[in-house]
Amino acid sequence: MKKLPVYIFMAAVSLVMLYPLVWLIGASFKSNEEIFTSVGFIPKSFDFAPYLNGWRTATPYTMGHYFINTFKIIIPKTVFAVLSSVLVAYGFARFDFPFKRLLFALLMGGMLLPQIVTIMPTYLMWSFIDSDLLNTYIPLTLPSLFACEGMFVFMLTQFFRDIPKEFDEAAKIDGCGTLRTLFFVLVPCIRPAVISIAVFTFLWTMNDFLNPMIFVQQVKDYPLSLALRLSSDSTGQGYEQNKIIAMSVIGLIPSIAVFALAQKSFVGGITAGGLIE
Amino acid sequence: MKKNYSNPVGVSKYTGLLLTSPFIIGFLVFILCPFIMSFLLGLTDYDYSGSPDFIGFGNFREMFSNSEFRNSALVTLKYAAILVPLKLIVSLFTALLLSLEIKGIGFFRTAFYVPSILGANLSVVIMWQYLFTGGGLVNQLLELIGFSPVSWYGEPSNAMAIIVLLRLWEFGSTMIIFLNALKEIPTELYDAAKVDGCGKIGSFFAITLPMLKKTIFINLILQIIAAVQEFNAPYMLTKGGPLKSTYTMGMYIYDEMFVYNNVGYANAVSWVMFAALAVIIAAMYAVSGKAGRSVR
Repeated sequence: MKKLPVYIFMAAVSLVMLYPLVWLIGASFKSNEEIFTSVGFIPKSFDFAPYLNGWRTATPYTMGHYFINTFKIIIPKTVFAVLSSVLVAYGFARFDFPFKRLLFALLMGGMLLPQIVTIMPTYLMWSFIDSDLLNTYIPLTLPSLFACEGMFVFMLTQFFRDIPKEFDEAAKIDGCGTLRTLFFVLVPCIRPAVISIAVFTFLWTMNDFLNPMIFVQQVKDYPLSLALRLSSDSTGQGYEQNKIIAMSVIGLIPSIAVFALAQKSFVGGITAGGLIE
Repeated sequence: MKKNYSNPVGVSKYTGLLLTSPFIIGFLVFILCPFIMSFLLGLTDYDYSGSPDFIGFGNFREMFSNSEFRNSALVTLKYAAILVPLKLIVSLFTALLLSLEIKGIGFFRTAFYVPSILGANLSVVIMWQYLFTGGGLVNQLLELIGFSPVSWYGEPSNAMAIIVLLRLWEFGSTMIIFLNALKEIPTELYDAAKVDGCGKIGSFFAITLPMLKKTIFINLILQIIAAVQEFNAPYMLTKGGPLKSTYTMGMYIYDEMFVYNNVGYANAVSWVMFAALAVIIAAMYAVSGKAGRSVR
């Protein structure tokens, strides 16, 4: 019973953490008046109209269109980030080569560089190469092919180092080359870490707002984040709030679903290094 | 002098280079090149049309006499100074509670962690808007327990509080890092402390805190970097207001860059921000190194 205060405290914190989300879901069914007058989350009646109306959006496209756009960015980005980070981390963890220490220091140093410093010159670079590229998702997705997320490489390097070298040697005796050793022997050993990287790339891209704002020019190419902002901007006070809220709820589904699916490997995977936000 | 590379037999010293080549190319193209470009642009006057005019350190001189720059620097400092310690304390405290052996730990861990994975997801920002708006949930709750409603967006200090609270609500990722570090501390140390007559609080200061020094340091740096760059939350929640009280450096640079098209000036400011961050982190390294030595 000594632990009762701890339980009460934890339950209170959980309530603060989760109630806003629960309230949001409830509010999506409420009328404007009810949103601003009741603190409970259960609506008086379940009205799905906000979802139907919100889905249509004020633009010529439906939310479905923006969802597809988002996945057109997220899927290549995730695949690219996982592949490139695994290769580069493998190089750092298992091989000795010229400038290795310098390169690893640069990798770590790159993490300190605020994105706002590089984003504008990067924009100029793309428009200099070919301004048509700014009408594609290439500026958003292609950089992931180059292991630009130092945190991912750092984390995987730690994980690779924990695998005994005997694994590599055994694979070699069995006739595996460098890459086959990597993909058939080592990567399966660190699956949680690899999944974490995929999940983080997914979540970060889902949450990203600054990059699409700069690199996506036309409404028809907007990802979900920009479409949501459009919906919350274009409707002033006193206008169907529940519609905006309903679309916010929908906007949370992908992140929460991915987190729920991957939670097990994910929480184990962030052990090394502290990979966040 | 020839260096020997300790690779397995038959592996060339170039294999590693080849494997890390994506990073090498990526670093040159997407980090180093924009980084240098940003500095060079900072020495020019440029507005996306024509060619940049070289003006030396004019932008830097202008910056320090510009009241908006000074304001945004102060806002950012204030924001980081409030948020970072709070977030670290809350994360460490909850991590300590979660490291106790109690039932339902999995639920609590997930509950505390979920907000942080949503980050600055637009949905969350919109939710926050509704929570703190005039007749929003927070004010309704305040009235319910007998307080008068607060004008969250109207008062400078309250607007800052909304943003700090949003980021504080997302303490989960920092907490997980602490939690993992706590698990690494050998239990023998606590047993020994108990034998020596050390209480719970005593062993926290004698064992837990020193053992967590490295983790605290990592979290501190990560949080400072994130706080100094803050853009999404003020941009969406307060638009920098009221009276520019939440107008962070990130927003200031963005506006100069993409709204007013002062490309040269904006890059100069972003470079100053980077330099300040680098100096702060270098100083922290130096201080923590010294502290570590004096303990030994």
